Amino acid sequence: MSAELGPAAPGPAAGGVTPAGTVLEVRDLHVRIASRLGTVRAVDGVSFDVAAGEALGLVGESGSGKSMTLRALLGVLPAEARVTAGEILLDGVDLVPRTQAELNRIRGPKMSMIFQEPMSALNPVMRVGWQIAEGPQVHLGLSRARAAERALELMRRVGIPDPDRRFRAYPHEFSGGMRQRVMIAIALSCDPEIILCDEPTTALDVTIQDQILRLLARLCRESGASLVFVTHDLPVVAQICQRVAVMYGGQLVERGAVGDVLLDPWHPYTRGLVRSAPDFDYVRDSLVPIPGSPPSLITPPPGCRFHPRCEFAEADCRVSETPLRLLPGGRATACLHYERCLEAAAADRAQA
Amino acid sequence: MTAADGGPGPALLAARGVSVSFPVGSQLAARLRHEERLLRAVDGVDLEVGRGEALALVGESGSGKSTLALALSGLRPADKGEISLDGRTLPARRSNADRRRVQMVFQDPYSSLNPRMTIGGMLRELLRVHHVVPRGQVVQESTRLLTLVGLPAEAVSAYPRQFSGGQRQRVAIARALALRPDVLIADEPVSALDVSVQATILNLLAGLRSELGLSLLLISHNLAVVRHLCDRVAVMYLGRIVEVAPTEELFGAPRHPYTRGLLAAIPRLVHNASATGAPAIAGDPPSPLRIPAGCRFRTRCPIAQQRCEKEDPQLAGAAQAPGHVAACHFAFAPAPPAASGLARTGDQR
Repeated sequence: MSAELGPAAPGPAAGGVTPAGTVLEVRDLHVRIASRLGTVRAVDGVSFDVAAGEALGLVGESGSGKSMTLRALLGVLPAEARVTAGEILLDGVDLVPRTQAELNRIRGPKMSMIFQEPMSALNPVMRVGWQIAEGPQVHLGLSRARAAERALELMRRVGIPDPDRRFRAYPHEFSGGMRQRVMIAIALSCDPEIILCDEPTTALDVTIQDQILRLLARLCRESGASLVFVTHDLPVVAQICQRVAVMYGGQLVERGAVGDVLLDPWHPYTRGLVRSAPDFDYVRDSLVPIPGSPPSLITPPPGCRFHPRCEFAEADCRVSETPLRLLPGGRATACLHYERCLEAAAADRAQA
Repeated sequence: MTAADGGPGPALLAARGVSVSFPVGSQLAARLRHEERLLRAVDGVDLEVGRGEALALVGESGSGKSTLALALSGLRPADKGEISLDGRTLPARRSNADRRRVQMVFQDPYSSLNPRMTIGGMLRELLRVHHVVPRGQVVQESTRLLTLVGLPAEAVSAYPRQFSGGQRQRVAIARALALRPDVLIADEPVSALDVSVQATILNLLAGLRSELGLSLLLISHNLAVVRHLCDRVAVMYLGRIVEVAPTEELFGAPRHPYTRGLLAAIPRLVHNASATGAPAIAGDPPSPLRIPAGCRFRTRCPIAQQRCEKEDPQLAGAAQAPGHVAACHFAFAPAPPAASGLARTGDQR
């Protein structure tokens, strides 16, 4: 395989099964973390794909494995964690068995990441302009002067005012929103095919979040880059993503178009998430929390991992494995009795 | 605003002209040059919390909401202005009896509980120091408090680390309620918690309020939470209150351009605006060290006029909207000015 620079045509598919237009394909990914108390099954058989130019939301609560999935994609897992099974295909090339040097070459220009805390992700003692110029110098082989020019152009594109002066500023001289714009400029600096975002707006105020989300959406549309957007905030997913995958206890429990999944969930966990969050447009008398607490990932419950907290659980939920099942309409759910969600939603509507 | 113009009954806790500043920079240089640089976190705020009312305080970070809360609860003295409880002005150093009546719940339940004390120890100490109940009933009372916030009685002998975030926040609420306050000030009580746990705490707060007749001052940046829980909303910007109105009126007919922008910036599950259009409010808030002259929102305001650079608008109401006040020259104007482009957006620190 070759590590093409610049705009890449869909690469030679490893197994020849990657559908056209798919940039990233994750198949049956398993991540295990060694800990004193035992092996944590942080990610347990997760599969999804991301089409060119598409934004996929990956939602779940803390401990659901969403951030671990993202870190596995980028190859920056913590030292105790490793991918024990599965494939991560970027343009058909499997990233899992690669060495760090190979990864840098293959993935470097094609995939980038935006972190939640720009202050800890940026280098505090390096001028921001040079931080943006670093990627193009390393991955695109640009000269120092050309890379600096590109950095200035990127700063203009992400809306940093007065880029000529602010090129030489340090991260601490920027506000939170401006630092996140710098992160976005770095993420875009090599024209990536896919940008991974880990809660990029959680630390920001709602007005600044609005600016950053709109900027990201516009830049991705202009450049044709795909997004994988990890968050726990459902309305944010509704605003920026076309498709969404919901994680619970290290597994995917539901997947589909954003409008379908969030407005008409086919998994009791998704239903619980939507009903427990206060919705700005729909004020209810009282919120419906999900009872219980998330499962241990060292000794997960047998069968469906959500069954101890599920209002619809039946005998078979406690024993059968619940893989994601494809359903009509491009949707998938792991629930054995997802019809019960539809009935409950219909009953709610009748009551309202 | 007072009871006469549509408020929810006589004010229980009221702030009048309250200002809180922090000295910044080198104190030595300040003394040598005989000038002190002050950061005005709260700059002349009037606010009233009615008996049994749930009032929300919203705004961006740095708007002074938390500092105002500290001043109201007596944890930080106000430089100027006065705070009154039941119409009686409170001295800078409050008596224990006054302190008891206004209690706070903080944002982070991981750092606001003493890790070396059991939950029961924490509650018993409070109950003894403030003589809330006779000595003989202290143990019984602490169990009652835990039941009140939905924790099992065995929790008395547990340490904070044995609890999840949601349970810790329940402990923090029990601790605040131990002194039987009239006003509970909750500063972002759910923003450190997971979504599914937030609901349990919000329901608990709503339940306690109706059960105990508490007044609630809820500080939050999450307007969905506010709409769910509160009767009235006060919007704060750079140390000032810029709009106060009953919840549904504020969300239905916001009068201040900042409130309008804040509402438009909320991501929604349905009715999403175009994802790539212009942002609701451009630019960052100015530094509180350099507050713009005139109207402090004019640097980001889509309808700023020449007049806004000179005249500082005061909170004012109109006959057609009782209980609704806004600090904008054009808040109740029959035809507000069109977009002016006078805002200096991109105005950074």
